Amino acid sequence: MAVAEGGVKPGKASFLYDARIRAIIYQVVMAGAVVIFFAWLTMNTLDNLEARGIASGFEFLNHPAGFGVPFSLIEYSEASPYKTVFILGVLNTLFVSAVGVVLATLLGFTLGVMRLSRNYLISRIAAIYLETFRNIPLLLQILFWYIGVLQLMPQQRSSIIILENVYVNNRGIFYPALQAEPGFMAVPIAFLVGLVATIILRGWVKRRRDATGQGFPTIWVGLGLIFGLPILAALVTGLPWTWSIPRLQGFGFKGGSVIVPEFLALLLALTIYTAAFIGEIVRAGIQAVSHGQTEAAHALGIKPGTTLRLVIIPQAMRIIIPPLISQYLNLVKNSSLAPAIGYPEMTQVWAGTVLNQSGQALECIAMVMGTYCIISLSISGVMNWYNARVALVGR
Amino acid sequence: MKNTAILALGVGAAMFATAAYAGTVDDIKKRGELICGVTTGLAGFAAPNDKGEWAGFDVDICRAVAAGVLGDSSKVKFVPTTGKSRFPTLQSGEVDMLSRNTTWTFDRDVKLGFEFAGVNFYDGQGFMVRKDLGVKSALELDGATVCVATGSTTELNLGDYFRANNMKYVPVVFEKSDEIRAGYIAGRCDAYTTDRSGLAAQRSQMPNPDAHVVLPEVISKEPLGPLVRHGDNQWGDVVRWTLNVLVIAEEKGLTAANVESMKSSTGDPEVKRLLGLEGEYGARLGLPNDWALNIIKQVGNYGESYERNIGPNTPIGLARGVNGPWNKGGILYSPPFR
Repeated sequence: MAVAEGGVKPGKASFLYDARIRAIIYQVVMAGAVVIFFAWLTMNTLDNLEARGIASGFEFLNHPAGFGVPFSLIEYSEASPYKTVFILGVLNTLFVSAVGVVLATLLGFTLGVMRLSRNYLISRIAAIYLETFRNIPLLLQILFWYIGVLQLMPQQRSSIIILENVYVNNRGIFYPALQAEPGFMAVPIAFLVGLVATIILRGWVKRRRDATGQGFPTIWVGLGLIFGLPILAALVTGLPWTWSIPRLQGFGFKGGSVIVPEFLALLLALTIYTAAFIGEIVRAGIQAVSHGQTEAAHALGIKPGTTLRLVIIPQAMRIIIPPLISQYLNLVKNSSLAPAIGYPEMTQVWAGTVLNQSGQALECIAMVMGTYCIISLSISGVMNWYNARVALVGR
Repeated sequence: MKNTAILALGVGAAMFATAAYAGTVDDIKKRGELICGVTTGLAGFAAPNDKGEWAGFDVDICRAVAAGVLGDSSKVKFVPTTGKSRFPTLQSGEVDMLSRNTTWTFDRDVKLGFEFAGVNFYDGQGFMVRKDLGVKSALELDGATVCVATGSTTELNLGDYFRANNMKYVPVVFEKSDEIRAGYIAGRCDAYTTDRSGLAAQRSQMPNPDAHVVLPEVISKEPLGPLVRHGDNQWGDVVRWTLNVLVIAEEKGLTAANVESMKSSTGDPEVKRLLGLEGEYGARLGLPNDWALNIIKQVGNYGESYERNIGPNTPIGLARGVNGPWNKGGILYSPPFR
């Protein structure tokens, strides 16, 4: 039979009938459309800016800013260029976020553990805290701390004195500042040496415990190393610093350092708000660890505190970390509510003041969005790496 | 926040808009109302009155333009803008014009693509402090904490002034004028700086106005005026000449009350041209010939608006000073109407 020649071979069918190829074609078309859309958007924007006589570009970064900023971690004056303002804004965002993340984590973990306490009073206090602060909008909390608390502090001349030379008033918290003198570097170096020594010690203790089962008071020795060495160094070098003490003079306090109320209000609100969410995450994480684990640990004669530290928390961490990442990201992004009270972070100085002074709206907004994106991706990158380390590894 | 939304709108509009600007006058006629950007509230200049209607010296400019273009000064939609949101709002076409204490500067005129229609108030920046501080001059403010609006020329002048005099200061920045006032009252700062007219307006809103004093130094020139977008010269002319009509009317003694009778009795050729009795001046702007008549009848002349809103007999209490007509010791001077 001479049929074979005319038969339809499977490979000859139109490639359009292949689901896989079709899928690829759809994706290429879709991706192309997206690229064309954004290209058109960009071109059109540039055309329109041109047509309206609005200058665009990034040369303005080198122009002097001309305005003052109330709170800066770096050297800044009115003569500094706009790019310095940008760095200043990014640093202020990172500063309030970093301090906020640390404090919110500490407070959040405490609350999570308190919430599970068998002591009725403690668990109720934690529950009331969580339900209150989780359910009030953050912006209101920021305004509450700023307008409702910090602005109502006494005037400078009737400051509250909480410690010797520490003054609280409606301009902030004034405290003595340390001023380094030659030889001061020995102290931080001693601190680092202590830290490294503690890490090495911890490795040695772990190896010895694995081999012989012998314990070691790592915490106490470590603390001794980390804090004892710098103190020793300071004593040996003859206390190489002086204190700058805040003193009322002229319009206000001169000398010392100050925590401005704008920063304090933002930090308090971010910390307290985020800690409520972290508390719930921690509670959920701990509760997700089967009670059998605790019972087993107790049956082996492990003390309750140690059980929590060595058995429950490490397992709970696997559940806690992923939602914790989101809370950290939220905290960073929520710091952009600062313009409401005038704390000079990225959104306030860059997407606000500089945008308006320079008129470069598109450039400023794009830079701020890009920077938030980079910060958020970095945080989630680091946290994902940590998560991968503590996650269960299937063997 | 609201500003961010407006800003995003501005950027979005720049992304999607295709048509160039033209025919704003026709747009307003078709729409039946003028959309005018004003402040979020500055007593005497632009603030809702006890009936909930916008009133004030800057608001009157909007009303005058509406009276000229539409024949009815009440056909205005007011859009409150902050110092930060005002420019994107105008750039995006969300408002037809801005009349909100905006200083005419080179950058704003040239780089941001705006056209200033003129100056309706010659101002200068000053400082206000509590009387009990005992400060008599701005030069004694070394080391002071100063409340200032963000994104303003005020902020830059403040920096310049302290640098020029080799003094230090700590700025405390807010966005809205009522936030600044609250901060100043709460004692967050020693001094409050903005245009002296703004200081007078803010002082009138304070619990005890007499406890505060505006220092004598004027540290900048602040010519405040209405502005429009580049690209529609006819519209720019309409706003410019509306402002000029108010000034000419005061010079010629035309008021809301007497303009109708003056129309029949006047022998002054410039007044005849102004009120549409001679020539086709309105038509050349694309407006009815009695446009200026409507403006004066419904809003009054410059002096009337001034006395009504910010003059010595109002809580704001600003003397005319340089804002008087040129022939009475001021610097208000309109080009001839011919």
